[in-house]
Amino acid sequence: MLTVENVSKTFLPGTPNSRLALNNVSLHLEADDFVTVLGSNGAGKSTLFNAICGNFLTDTGQIVLDGIDITNLPEHKRAKLIGCLFQDPLKGTAPSMTIEENLSLAYLRGTRRGFGIGIKKRDIEFFKSILTPLGMGLENRLKTKIGTLSGGQRQAITLLMATIVTPKLLLLDEHTAALDPQTAKKVLSITNTIVKKDHICTMMITHNIKSALEIGNRTIMMDDGHIILDIKGRQREEMTVEKLLSLYSAESKKGFDNDRILLSTQKDRFS
Amino acid sequence: MNVIISSFQLGLLYALMALGVYIAFRVLNIPDLTVDGSFTLGLAVSAVLSIHGHPYLGILAATAAGALAGICTGLLHTKVKIHAILSGILTMTALYSINLFIMGSSANISLMGAPTLFSRFTATFSFMSLDIARLALCFVLCVIVTALLALLFKTKLGLSIRATGDNEDMVRSSSINPDFTKCVALSVSNACVALSGAFIAQYQNFADISSGSGMIIIGLASVIIGEAVFGKRSVTIGLISAAVGSIAYRMIMAIAMQNKFFPTFALKLVSAIIVVIALAIPVIQQKMKDNKIRKEATLHANR
Repeated sequence: MLTVENVSKTFLPGTPNSRLALNNVSLHLEADDFVTVLGSNGAGKSTLFNAICGNFLTDTGQIVLDGIDITNLPEHKRAKLIGCLFQDPLKGTAPSMTIEENLSLAYLRGTRRGFGIGIKKRDIEFFKSILTPLGMGLENRLKTKIGTLSGGQRQAITLLMATIVTPKLLLLDEHTAALDPQTAKKVLSITNTIVKKDHICTMMITHNIKSALEIGNRTIMMDDGHIILDIKGRQREEMTVEKLLSLYSAESKKGFDNDRILLSTQKDRFS
Repeated sequence: MNVIISSFQLGLLYALMALGVYIAFRVLNIPDLTVDGSFTLGLAVSAVLSIHGHPYLGILAATAAGALAGICTGLLHTKVKIHAILSGILTMTALYSINLFIMGSSANISLMGAPTLFSRFTATFSFMSLDIARLALCFVLCVIVTALLALLFKTKLGLSIRATGDNEDMVRSSSINPDFTKCVALSVSNACVALSGAFIAQYQNFADISSGSGMIIIGLASVIIGEAVFGKRSVTIGLISAAVGSIAYRMIMAIAMQNKFFPTFALKLVSAIIVVIALAIPVIQQKMKDNKIRKEATLHANR
């Protein structure tokens, strides 16, 4: 489904701050892959996502999605094929517009926008039917402005918006990191349900090693702009948090220096 | 009484300009200064074509010219990445020369004796008194334009435009090109402003090169007065409130002028002060609220 080939990106080239964020990254995803992405801060995870989303053009390499070369497409054109979620729950919704207006904008994704009616009666029934499974009571609040909702509710709606027209690829960049543990769990399980139901090819960045190994069917680990680990199937089932950490130290020749990862693993050990 | 009716008529015609300002300022969240230039542009095009015997064509051409001016500002802002305010100022400045060119290098044109929309209308409906006929025409024009705009913002395109003013990132990730929606909104906005100018020229039977100066402030004042009455709600209500605000603005000015509260030359100063006060009110209210909370908290702590 997604093929990333020899992609490199240097930020601020030719300056003292020049940094090679992606170093010849190659990756191939099957149509039903749900990949969790691990790595410490600055490893290049978000840069890889942004390269695929089209925030910037890559220096070298090629990105092909579903047989379409998207390497040089502008961001809004790629958005037809790719759904993106970010850490900030405020980023994906228009706060002064209502829930139904936000959903219908996302529903228009990929179709031609013109002088047709923005929200049809039929659409409203559909929106209700997809909001109900969230169990947040949002199906009765279609005319509520998104800005008045909580971060968790907004992130759940953003998730619906990203998948309302089934994308070829779903990119989740720590989309539960800004939510409280309870809500994060809920949003994560909603994510899992939607991805499984619509068979969406998905990549998810997370800092929680335990959930990275539990969710999806494949895990990759990045460091210093490289993919240093790519496990699936049997190898992944047998993987534990401890093993992964020692593997990381061996591969990257340094300890895992990320506070959040250490914290989350410690919590897992105690629990 | 006469003054009230004529300021009502003016208010209805200037309402179209206020609608344009509302679209740019409130829906798109861009304070667009093209308005000063595109208003005179509408005035000039409509006046010149009326003199040549084509008042209707003049109105259409003025609207198209305004839309072009808006696209110009939009392209400067989105493609050349010039700050929105500066883009507006650039177009406005360029339009000054273009307007003079259209008006044949004269600073003002008189339409006395030329056919206008208003002269033709009052001739057709001669059973009504002149004032009532003009008032009816102004009212119908204002209602039609407001209704069309309200409809526009209910379409898919309209939704995209509103979202652009709200969250550009979200628009891009919904596969909409925000550059496109911005240009469309600015062109609709300036088309409304130029249309207002076109009607004004034929209504008052003259066009002056300096009619547009300070127009953006009058538009803003109308929008804000309207919001003071109706509050900030949906876009449809917002459009209606901008139109009502424009009428209220003209009324306030007419009453103030008639009672000699201030001399004519102070008009723009007063408009500017109205806008400042209206923008300051929410800030002052918040301050007062915060102060009250602080006072109560200290009282509570000392008890």
